[in-house]
Amino acid sequence: MAALLEARGVTKRFGGLIALNKVDFILEEGRIASIIGPNGAGKTTFFNVFTGLYVPEEGTVSFRGAPLLGLRSDQITALGVCRTFQNIRLFRNMTAVENVLVGMHARVGAGLWSALSRNRRFKTEERALWARAAELLDTVGLRGRANEIARNLPYGDQRRLEIGRALASRPALLLLDEPTAGMTQGEARDLMALLRRLIADLGLTILLIEHNMRVVMEVSDHVTVLDYGEKIAEGRAVEVQRDPRVIEAYLGRRKWTPAAGDGRA
Amino acid sequence: MIVGLLEKPVFATGLVVGLLALTTWGVTRSPRSIVLFMLFQASILVLYFARIPRGPKTLLTAVTLGVLMPVLGTINAYYMEIAIQVGIFVALALGLNIVVGLAELLDLGYVAFFAVGAYSWAIFGSPQANQMFGGSAFPLSPWWFFVFLLVGVGVAAGAGILLGLPVLRLHGDYLALVTLGFGEVIRVLANNLDKPINLTNGPKGITPIGRPPIFFAPLLQAVGIDPSSNVIYPLYLYALVLLIVGVTVLVNRRLEDSHIGRAWEAIREDQTAAQAMGVPLVRMKLLAFACGASFAGAVGVLFSAKQIFINPESFTFMESIGVLAMIILGGMGSIPGAILGAAVVTILNLQVLKGFSLWLNELRNAGTMILGYNLANLPTQLEPAKYERMIFGLILVLMMIFRPQGILPARRRTRELQEPAEP
Repeated sequence: MAALLEARGVTKRFGGLIALNKVDFILEEGRIASIIGPNGAGKTTFFNVFTGLYVPEEGTVSFRGAPLLGLRSDQITALGVCRTFQNIRLFRNMTAVENVLVGMHARVGAGLWSALSRNRRFKTEERALWARAAELLDTVGLRGRANEIARNLPYGDQRRLEIGRALASRPALLLLDEPTAGMTQGEARDLMALLRRLIADLGLTILLIEHNMRVVMEVSDHVTVLDYGEKIAEGRAVEVQRDPRVIEAYLGRRKWTPAAGDGRA
Repeated sequence: MIVGLLEKPVFATGLVVGLLALTTWGVTRSPRSIVLFMLFQASILVLYFARIPRGPKTLLTAVTLGVLMPVLGTINAYYMEIAIQVGIFVALALGLNIVVGLAELLDLGYVAFFAVGAYSWAIFGSPQANQMFGGSAFPLSPWWFFVFLLVGVGVAAGAGILLGLPVLRLHGDYLALVTLGFGEVIRVLANNLDKPINLTNGPKGITPIGRPPIFFAPLLQAVGIDPSSNVIYPLYLYALVLLIVGVTVLVNRRLEDSHIGRAWEAIREDQTAAQAMGVPLVRMKLLAFACGASFAGAVGVLFSAKQIFINPESFTFMESIGVLAMIILGGMGSIPGAILGAAVVTILNLQVLKGFSLWLNELRNAGTMILGYNLANLPTQLEPAKYERMIFGLILVLMMIFRPQGILPARRRTRELQEPAEP
């Protein structure tokens, strides 16, 4: 399979802090992959590099072989990479359907003149946009909530709406930053079922940042582990789970002392 | 009981028609009474708020603005002047509403675009341009006015983009400061560009500026109306202003209700998220700037033609603040709000405070006694018209305390203000 997203030797520093240190990363098309790691490992920084929010000091990132670095995030979205945010960033005072409609901005063909003259092209397109927005809300399980104001939606629905909004830009690659944070185990399972469906129906590729290990292990084809900005392991979920370095990163190094070790008190 | 009756369309329509007819009749009876004219204006407000079905309401509005107002304007020319001024400021406020209300880019130098439009016609529609090019090719024929309406749009939009390109990366306060500076720069330029090339004639201003010809003059003559009578021309200007206001309202509404308006709203809500969802920030902000500026440009062209004379004094910082105050008062981002705000502020300025000053003066001259105090002893500094800015300030402060969303707020603005602050 072809590499959809490829990062080579990405280094990002904030002053003296090295948030990412020469990280290589390859994501193949049609997969669900996860990035895991303890807090502050550089996962979200990595996402921000992919979506043009940060520019790394070193390294290259390419999407379908074309370089991404130096593009603005709206240009990257237009290329087909869209994301959600760790701390939900919906347009809080807009309705659910308006949120999704904004997500379609990159795919709107009409310009200023069409909007002012209300020609046939504008009307047809506007109708199509609203129809697709309704469809998308349906897909993410928000049917009947189209006209609710985003901030009034329950937490789980807000997460789902954010995914719907990201899908609106017709991405080839969807980046989800902790999509199940704050969800119950049941809600999280539903969401994962939705993601699998999206991959099957839309031919998406999905990259997750996730803390919920059960979700990660269940859903991911491929797992990458970051710790202090370095990639410490990657591979299939089961392999990564057994990797001693991963266990160490999550649980800490066991202090071996002779006194405790040989059983003599 | 009365309120209950007003809910019924028939009664509401009856009441509005009655009010309009009564006040119109009143003004025709005593044309010099400002109070009666204000009652007429208040009836228009009642018309706006009354629960009348869409069709009759549109008809009534058309009759009021298209027939009653011109009639009153012919009876007392000053009322026509007020109506034209209100129209000019409504168009300006609607233009600024795009920038500040929809895209939420605080622009404190909006009057600069107004000035750019005004000077573009003033220079070429008067002999002023001969100073630059020599000869006596100018003024251009007044017919060019209509072309210059578009030129004004273009030049102001260009100025908007020119200002926007470098500064739109700035946020909030910084942007406001730069636009404030830009407004001053344009005024200072207008004040000083009489040397080395005399472009603006400096503080002396430009005059006489050509006025748009009445293109249907032969038609008027055919029906026996003298087009050169001094009643017709103000009516004609009024119609032009009304036309510009109509176009501005239409553009405002169509922009708001399109992907462009949604993108602006998204930028207001969360700039980073909007960009991550594919909204090109700088381009959308530039668009807002250019759209807002272009209205100011067109209105500027009309303003210079109406005034015949312009100088930099018409384009001070206070004018920018005045227009901003109009939309804050009316309700930011709301089209009816901008219209009402502009009308209220302009009427307050031209009519209420001035009228009050005149009245006080009359009392003073007549030596009227109030509570044993002879008004003739009243210091002459005490003249309400001089306290215009103070009264404005007071109104704005009170508004911010008691109704921060404005008189006729946009629905979304109300939502934003209701949102509890993030902890």
